[in-house]
Amino acid sequence: MKAQVGGYARAEDMAHAIRLLADAEGMGRVLAGGQSLVAALNMGLSFGDLLVDITGLSDLRGVREEDDRLVIGALMRHADVATDPLIARHVPLLAQAAPLIAHEAIRNRGTIGGSLAHADPAAEFPACAVALDAVIRLTGPDGEREVAATDFFRDVFETEMREGEILTGIVVPKTQAGERHVIREAARRAGDYAIAGLAVVIRGGAHRIAAFGTGPTPLLCTVAMERLDAGDVDGAVSALSDALDPPSDTQGSAAYRRHLAGVLLHRIATELGEDV
Amino acid sequence: MNIKFDDPNRPNSYIGRTVPRPNAGRLVAGKGRYVDDITLPRMVHVAFLRCPHAHAKIGEIDTEEARAQKGVLGIFTARDLAQVCTPWEGKLAHLEGMKTPPQSALAIDRATWAGEPVVAVVARTRAEAEAAAALVIVDFEPLPAVTDMRSALDKDTPVLHPQFDDNLCFRKENATATPQKAFDGAHTVVESEFKIGRHTGVTLEPRVIIADWNGGEGELTAHVSNQAPHMLQVLLAKHMGIPESRVRVICGDVGGSFGVKVHVYPDEVATAAIAKIMGRPVKFCADRLESFTSDIHARDHEATGRIAVDESGKILGFDVDDWTGIGPYSIYPRTSAVEGLQVTNLIGGPYDFEHYRVRSTTVFQNKGICAQYRAVGHPVAVAITEGLVDMAAAEMGIDPIEFRRRNVIRDDAYPVTTAAGLKLEGLSHEKSLDALVEAMDYDVLRAEQADLRKRGIHRGIGIASFIELTNPSPFMYGIGGARISAQDGCTVRMDPDGSVVVLTGVTEQGQGTEAIMAQIVAEAVGIRPDMVRVVTGDTRVTPFGGGTWASRGAGIGGEAALKAGRALRDQILGIAASMLQAKAEGLDIRDGQIVDAASGEDRLPLEELGRVVYFRGDTLPKDLSRELMQTRHYITSDYPYAFTNGVQASYVEVDTETGFVKLLKHWCVEDCGRIINPQLVDEQIRGGIVQGIGGALFEEIVYDDEGQIQNGSMADYLVPMSGEMPDMVIRHVETPTQESELGAKGAGEAGTAGAPAAVMNAINDAIRPLGGQVTRMPFTPERVLRALGTLKD
Ligand SMILES: Cc1cc2nc3c(=O)[nH]c(=O)nc-3n(C[C@H](O)[C@H](O)[C@H](O)COP(=O)(O)OP(=O)(O)OC[C@H]3O[C@@H](n4cnc5c(N)ncnc54)[C@H](O)[C@@H]3O)c2cc1C
Repeated sequence: MKAQVGGYARAEDMAHAIRLLADAEGMGRVLAGGQSLVAALNMGLSFGDLLVDITGLSDLRGVREEDDRLVIGALMRHADVATDPLIARHVPLLAQAAPLIAHEAIRNRGTIGGSLAHADPAAEFPACAVALDAVIRLTGPDGEREVAATDFFRDVFETEMREGEILTGIVVPKTQAGERHVIREAARRAGDYAIAGLAVVIRGGAHRIAAFGTGPTPLLCTVAMERLDAGDVDGAVSALSDALDPPSDTQGSAAYRRHLAGVLLHRIATELGEDV
Repeated sequence: MNIKFDDPNRPNSYIGRTVPRPNAGRLVAGKGRYVDDITLPRMVHVAFLRCPHAHAKIGEIDTEEARAQKGVLGIFTARDLAQVCTPWEGKLAHLEGMKTPPQSALAIDRATWAGEPVVAVVARTRAEAEAAAALVIVDFEPLPAVTDMRSALDKDTPVLHPQFDDNLCFRKENATATPQKAFDGAHTVVESEFKIGRHTGVTLEPRVIIADWNGGEGELTAHVSNQAPHMLQVLLAKHMGIPESRVRVICGDVGGSFGVKVHVYPDEVATAAIAKIMGRPVKFCADRLESFTSDIHARDHEATGRIAVDESGKILGFDVDDWTGIGPYSIYPRTSAVEGLQVTNLIGGPYDFEHYRVRSTTVFQNKGICAQYRAVGHPVAVAITEGLVDMAAAEMGIDPIEFRRRNVIRDDAYPVTTAAGLKLEGLSHEKSLDALVEAMDYDVLRAEQADLRKRGIHRGIGIASFIELTNPSPFMYGIGGARISAQDGCTVRMDPDGSVVVLTGVTEQGQGTEAIMAQIVAEAVGIRPDMVRVVTGDTRVTPFGGGTWASRGAGIGGEAALKAGRALRDQILGIAASMLQAKAEGLDIRDGQIVDAASGEDRLPLEELGRVVYFRGDTLPKDLSRELMQTRHYITSDYPYAFTNGVQASYVEVDTETGFVKLLKHWCVEDCGRIINPQLVDEQIRGGIVQGIGGALFEEIVYDDEGQIQNGSMADYLVPMSGEMPDMVIRHVETPTQESELGAKGAGEAGTAGAPAAVMNAINDAIRPLGGQVTRMPFTPERVLRALGTLKD
């Protein structure tokens, strides 16, 4: 199918981008790496969009330290996230997650901002953002604002972003002493979206578990987290199973996804040296 | 009788060597020319409105708004195209009792699968055509859909085609006199269900055609991505009422076909018909999404099978009931009945046993049309046979290699006619098993498996012997009345400088036809392969041939090339003898030089002979024949098919908590007779194995009960990818066919035939001690877990 696009403009700076989106009267669409958007256009899932290409906004590239937090620009590509030294040191979860995303060619174009904005329920970075208790930074016609990752993801492909806003970056607390990060997923082929996955952070002795591929949004599994904090792995697995309401599709049934998430949690617990 | 090509030190020894592919550099450099790369003057684009329902009555078609769109040049329905093109029926006379209704380029009154083309919209660009097609309003009235194959013949299932009494397309039973005898009082009888998923070919280059009607000449030229240009030429001529000489089909570079591109497709015929009506070139290029609903599908079998074995582990018989659903029409012109027919022939193929009964039932349904796809019927028959063999061996506590050794047809027993009635010229199951055991280091691997088992690591070894049908004679299609050529031809022409142009009826799909033709002709004439230029895929210039299908290119097209090359050599030597006042028998051609055969001494360069023949023919004797252009055709006749054989093995590890299967290694020992180019054969085998693994672990078109595809995109239909593929070890046994001088049989489908069974048996070997068994492909992690009883709800 041929993409039926309404128009294309390359933003020169942030103000220009915001203006282009505002002028598009609801048809504006931010174009970043294009690895989800262009596929959707080619499949006719969206048409008439006025594309606002933000890849020229150099402010959105790179990683900055802000006190005990790291600010990762929205245009950091998956390949950059995988190799950036600051990310490797302060947010190893993201560095571990990046190679699990798609294939090299896609990682060379796809951006972390695009991944968060796109909000695919099986995507790695949204789940990492939730597990890390990150904050999403947005700029719109009314200025800047921040939304906690735990509040950001609303439904399949739906977020708290408002019409005309641009996601500029993600703010993540730097790892503290003794902090552990693990991400595990199961996919039929390397590079596929996960059938089920878990991102786990242990910070200050407390667990944060975000499940992906198992529901409409990444899910912070609070009861399972409490059980793990109490050293009860089996309890955590059954709490996880209770908390998830996964979809059934040609890759696996809901029951299988729930089971798989439990196996992953068990394995992560073992890896982290919890008593199993 | 074979020519001996064994001595590697013989002159011009190109047959049997890995010679680089002449087209590889061009393709890698991006200089290929595929149909979509072609733009003709005044060319326009067609897009199809396809039926969104599995089964629907077509009411009013409102094209008004679509017609008013920018760029739209024409909108066509079935009735418009019926003026220039007749319908077709995919039937073969020798398939007794088979039925199928007439099929048209666009659906008339009723659409019978989700994806059937209904309206064609032509515009200046594909984008405009698509946008306008979305505005055509068709009043579809959904009708009940037939989707389940096993209940398709039940009384209360609606009958899909009103002209028939039921949904049966074809039923065939192949049985020995007393099939039941094996099972009465047999020591061991094992029974199982098997299911093979519905696949599609997913060629890298989709189907694409540019049809160009020249009204001045009354001639149609079709640039098309296809495997059988002469077949398409003949059929387009027939259905459009044009003499065959005025239909030219050109197949340039083809980006993979696997059987997808050997059939007549309604959208392609519609494109040709529209070109004739509009009097200008029209392009249709299937996009990836419509490929899933309009390319042929394949496999989709459900079977129940039994094997009977005596107390010594000797197979007594097979009894199989196989079902397949093929969509609403039998494919044209090959029919969709051949796959089931193959199953009735191939079950038990490698083994020596007496009693046989296989029944295959082919039914109509409201799904995409199923048809010939790489290794037609083989993966199904091999999975059922080898699945039962391994189950029987396990039940009796006999090692699967040992069980096969006791039962394969002995290497010295040929020629043999099998219980199923197949005539086999010469196979090498015993030698192949020996080579496999050695390549795998079988006993060491078994010891490793046992060791790891103690530590809770569940690995499995699966074996699958197989036979493969290649080099088909007219017995496959021709005798049924289909205008499908089993013979093939080759023309070889020497140019003045001594280089050679080869025109062959076999086509190049990326498998290396041009490479082997160059090698064969180089050796036959006595020149270097880089002095040979091969032309394929143009019905106007190449000898009439069958193209690429059923692993026939090397065995049939290659033999024609060998004969044509040798005829040219003889002609050259005849002329040289005259020029040199020598005897032709005393001369030879080596490396482009005419030499003294005994001493090897140079006598005359080919270019000097070329100069004289073409420019100073006056200096040669008047009656000397001087045709430096020779054509030979070849057809097999001693046997209906040249069967090949082999054995594969798979080594897997099953994660019993997640159900994931990791492929650790794969082996294949294969006997395709004379090997012309070892690397090409190895890569054919490897590619075939990957396609077989696709069916075993990943690929399955899933339809819901309403006949809608649930996973019709590259994100959801999982093709095998390199990351999951194991290392593959390929070995060969060479048993040349004695029917030809070349001795080559086919190698294109062996990998696909055996791999699914090998993987299935390996998984079952891994999970059997845990009480699990899988027989329903693809073996998704979830299916493996359910087989283990881990997942119940
Ligand atoms: C074959 C394949 C496999 C894949 N597998 C995975 C996988 O396993 N895991 C995974 O996580 N992803 C996967 N992806 C998706 C990939 O990660 C994409 O890169 C990512 O989802 C989107 O990022 P992008 O920069 O390409 O965004 P785009 O495609 O350009 O945009 C995606 C959406 O986000 C919006 N958007 C983008 N950037 C911004 C911004 N800064 N502000 C506001 N809105 C914005 C766009 O308007 C659009 O709606 C896969 C993609 C492909 C093609």
